Amino acid sequence: MDTPTTYFHWGFIFISTPNLLVIAGMIVLFAIALVAPFPHAEEGDDGRNK
Amino acid sequence: MAATSSHEGAVATESKSWTLRLRQMIDRHLPMDHLLPDRQPYYVGSWVYVFGVVTIAALVWVVVSGVVLSFFGPQWWHDSRVGRFFNGLHFWSVQLFFIFMVLHLWGQYFMAGWRNGRAATWMIGVVIFAVSILTAFTGYMSQQNFDAQFIAINAKDAMNAAGVGAFFNVLNFGQMYGLHIMLLPIGVTILVVLHIVMVRTRGVVKPIDPEGGVRP
Repeated sequence: MDTPTTYFHWGFIFISTPNLLVIAGMIVLFAIALVAPFPHAEEGDDGRNK
Repeated sequence: MAATSSHEGAVATESKSWTLRLRQMIDRHLPMDHLLPDRQPYYVGSWVYVFGVVTIAALVWVVVSGVVLSFFGPQWWHDSRVGRFFNGLHFWSVQLFFIFMVLHLWGQYFMAGWRNGRAATWMIGVVIFAVSILTAFTGYMSQQNFDAQFIAINAKDAMNAAGVGAFFNVLNFGQMYGLHIMLLPIGVTILVVLHIVMVRTRGVVKPIDPEGGVRP
């Protein structure tokens, strides 16, 4: 816990490994949210205010 | 309100009442079936729309754990086992709040959530993001440990360079703690409530090309 973290260095990109992992996880989660089936999705109305 | 003996007189007086006008305006713009809907449009059937409400859930945990921390103080949250648990709960709920706020931002950006009269909702979201960063920053200043000292000493030059050092002294624990537990959280909470009311008033924005889409 007290040791310094490692850094990812690619061109002008310089980011710590924990931050890189968080951002990668967010991108994966976002992609899953786009494609994963949502329960009862077909039961909604047409979106018009009544 | 002036006293009247007849019903007509009471109605005439009430029509000038600001409470009646406010109630009528709320009924017109935000009826209860919009505020607490039991059905959503079919295109809301996607996990992308869950990011916003997860952000709100994380905010609730941030506030609850923060209230507990403010009651017991720095020595408790550093030295006691339960205090360290609540300190961790506060920290990790903030991490989740920011992660899901950014995921919500990505979702709204790619679907152009500011369309059809929703620009103010988008802009308030941007302001919430900015105020949240300030709140988190003052939180790092309020930890009462070496981490807070390190950040404060490094940040003071940035604040002075930005010209706000005279008003925003990061070396002043009292100022940072006051901002963190009072002014900024109240600001975030009010803006989030306003953001939600505006979303409920307008409804969720339609997909960019609903005619081209296939209903599931």
